[in-house]
Amino acid sequence: MSDTTTGPVLAADGRPLKASLNRALRRQKLRAMMLIAPLLIFILVSFVMPIADMLFRSVENQIVSDTLPRTTALLPDWDGEGAPDDMIYEALARDLAVAVEAKAHTRLGSRLNYERTGISSLLRKTGRGVDEIGETPQDVLEGVNDIWKDRDAFGRLIGTSEWVDAINAWDGEDSSTRIAPEFNANSSFAEQFPGTTSLYASYVLQSVSEEDNPLGEKPWPILFHVLAQELPSATPPSDVPEELALALREAATALDGVVLDDPRAVFLDIDDDWGDQGVWTTIQTYGPAYTNGYFLNSIDMQKGLDGPEWRPENEQIYIVLFIRTMIMSLTIMGMCVLLGYPIAWLLANLPDRKANMLMILVLLPFWTSLLVRTSAWKVLLQQQGVINDVLVWIGIVADDGRLQLINNQTGTIIAMTHILLPFMILPLYSVMKTIPPSYLRAAKSLGATNWTAFWRVYFPQSVPGIGAGCILVFILSIGYYITPELVGGTKGVFISNRIAYHISSSLNWGLAAALGTILLAVVMLLYWMYDKIVGIDNVKLGG
Amino acid sequence: MSALPPYATTGQRVWHYSFRIICGLIFFFLIAPIIVIIPLSFNAQDFFTFTPEMLALDPEGYSTKHYEDFFTNSDWQLALKNSLKIAPVATILSVSFGTLAAIGLSQSHVPFRRAIMAILISPMIVPLIISATGMYFFYSNPYIPTPFGKIDLPFTLTGTYWGVVLAHAALGIPFVIITVTATLVGFDQSLTRAAANMGANPVTTFFKIQMPLILPGVVSGGLFAFITSFDEVVVVLFVGSAGQKTLPWQMFTGLREQISPTILAVATILIAVSVLLLFTLEILRRRSERLRGMSPS
Repeated sequence: MSDTTTGPVLAADGRPLKASLNRALRRQKLRAMMLIAPLLIFILVSFVMPIADMLFRSVENQIVSDTLPRTTALLPDWDGEGAPDDMIYEALARDLAVAVEAKAHTRLGSRLNYERTGISSLLRKTGRGVDEIGETPQDVLEGVNDIWKDRDAFGRLIGTSEWVDAINAWDGEDSSTRIAPEFNANSSFAEQFPGTTSLYASYVLQSVSEEDNPLGEKPWPILFHVLAQELPSATPPSDVPEELALALREAATALDGVVLDDPRAVFLDIDDDWGDQGVWTTIQTYGPAYTNGYFLNSIDMQKGLDGPEWRPENEQIYIVLFIRTMIMSLTIMGMCVLLGYPIAWLLANLPDRKANMLMILVLLPFWTSLLVRTSAWKVLLQQQGVINDVLVWIGIVADDGRLQLINNQTGTIIAMTHILLPFMILPLYSVMKTIPPSYLRAAKSLGATNWTAFWRVYFPQSVPGIGAGCILVFILSIGYYITPELVGGTKGVFISNRIAYHISSSLNWGLAAALGTILLAVVMLLYWMYDKIVGIDNVKLGG
Repeated sequence: MSALPPYATTGQRVWHYSFRIICGLIFFFLIAPIIVIIPLSFNAQDFFTFTPEMLALDPEGYSTKHYEDFFTNSDWQLALKNSLKIAPVATILSVSFGTLAAIGLSQSHVPFRRAIMAILISPMIVPLIISATGMYFFYSNPYIPTPFGKIDLPFTLTGTYWGVVLAHAALGIPFVIITVTATLVGFDQSLTRAAANMGANPVTTFFKIQMPLILPGVVSGGLFAFITSFDEVVVVLFVGSAGQKTLPWQMFTGLREQISPTILAVATILIAVSVLLLFTLEILRRRSERLRGMSPS
């Protein structure tokens, strides 16, 4: 260091040392990140996105507004008293006509049925009768001018001529090889006949999704109905094809005096329930694209007229289930502490050779398949099983008074305590191993009794192990599914079993997602606590 | 808990022996259910309890017919084949991604180390039923989220082999991360520097120096990942279809619907597998300690 100038210290290559070090650090960081990145992306795609998707589904409710766009646009203005006015019935008739063609009304029905029983069958019944609307004006128009019998009449009337050419060129090709041209309406027609144009756009979308040319398909009767409604107040546009402009003018005179179908009457004729305020309130309440309805449902509440309200007493199941899951998990955790503490103490205080031998008795269950252990308990706990046989043989229990040990809470608690016990013993053992035995000897030589020495000196030092084990066992147990399902019967099941039921049997996925989100929140809170107390890095596997 | 001193009082003696008896009972509770399964699986009858012939140790009371059923029944054989097809591939995926990431995480300057670690460990913490629910939703209709809405991908993963493998690989990753990072804590970084000093490129250094030393950790992480996939039933029930029916799935449906004694034979075979695993791990652990003891500190 003969250089005495006061400039920055330079590295061997002539750069300032600080910059050079920074560069090295940056490169080191970059290299570490490049090693981590593949796994991080893998976990994000295969695990984190699915969880995010589940969280999203617990509030998502787009099916109502997607299936009934016209109705849900009008319903917010309805005052909620009695039945809504004719405009809304009209909108519903148009929405349902589209939905029935796409067979979306049954899916909507099962969605709304979660909120109000009976809507599913109501919608299915309505779906069969709603296509009558529009047959009157259709007959009249077809009688006046044969052009209305042409399948492409509406398309040429409403679409631009460029679109007509394009769609004819596409002609129902497989959409994976060639995407259908987007529908373009004649703007002056659309201005005069907004309802007809919007309905025809839905019609085109539906035909295209079935890979049919909309110009080659029979138009829906409801198109005639909407056209006939808008005709009297509209001035027929001039830039439509000659013969169709003529047909429109003829239609206006022909329809003068014809009584159109009244959607309200048609709906009420199909089912009186369409006059029921409750049905409409349900559609109105669940119209928005996002809802807290699933969450309210999962805590036994529902959306009422004035905000959330409790469900009727006999429909309240989830709070009871959450409380039961908590209480049973706490019981299992308590049993694990009770049984695990002596074992961990023994293992930590025996000479290494003996302790290693006994450790096998803890690790073997830990490594044995969960289903093997569950089936073992299922076999042992049966009324004709080994445990009852032994009890009868000893004479504790009479042969006709065999104990009911399975398909109830007892079964779940016994089996799960056995399954989760190693998860308590291992962290307890690793903490106890660090407590020097000389502390106990010191306490005793200072005059403490065995109990005082244990309680005042040893136990406080083992508390971190108890904490770690308890949180671990509790986290694992509140999310358990397999064992409660197999040995729990109906009374010994957890919230997870309800989630599985909603996914595979009742198909109420939104509710399953909401229940899962609540469970996830509890687990995450405990995970955070575990991280604070033990640290994720200190998770130990298999001792 | 060493031997009793000769001056122990009667009370101390009583406590000493009763404590041992309590511990013995708890060990019995831990191990007995697993042991009982083994003789029951040789039952000649279709019962789930010891028949009088078995208790009399009469050879007539024992048979291997449940094992024969397992090896001939096409349902069980398909399940076994599926399990053996899914678990190794999932293990290879978790081990290769996991080892790389663990090496990255063990470097000295990693930004957001804690957050990354939390994300990578989360598949172990999140209840299986929640992972299964999320995967069921997302794998059936995968999409790429963008700020302008989601782009649907034109394929589905539910009911496919790769869907199950992907899910199981994700579940196995935390175990690989934990075991390999634990091994890397004892790894002497100066060894890689010495290798680089002598002219080895990073790839050579990795395979010739680092890999042999952390191999025990990698293998035990791999065993954990393997057993996680091999033993997993909730996710495969949701994400898989009948074509991906695994051994645990077959056991689960067997236990739920009509419980057949073949399950006990399968359980016994699986117990043998876990004993084998346990010994492999123990040998690995000893080897790892020996290797680390040899490395200069």
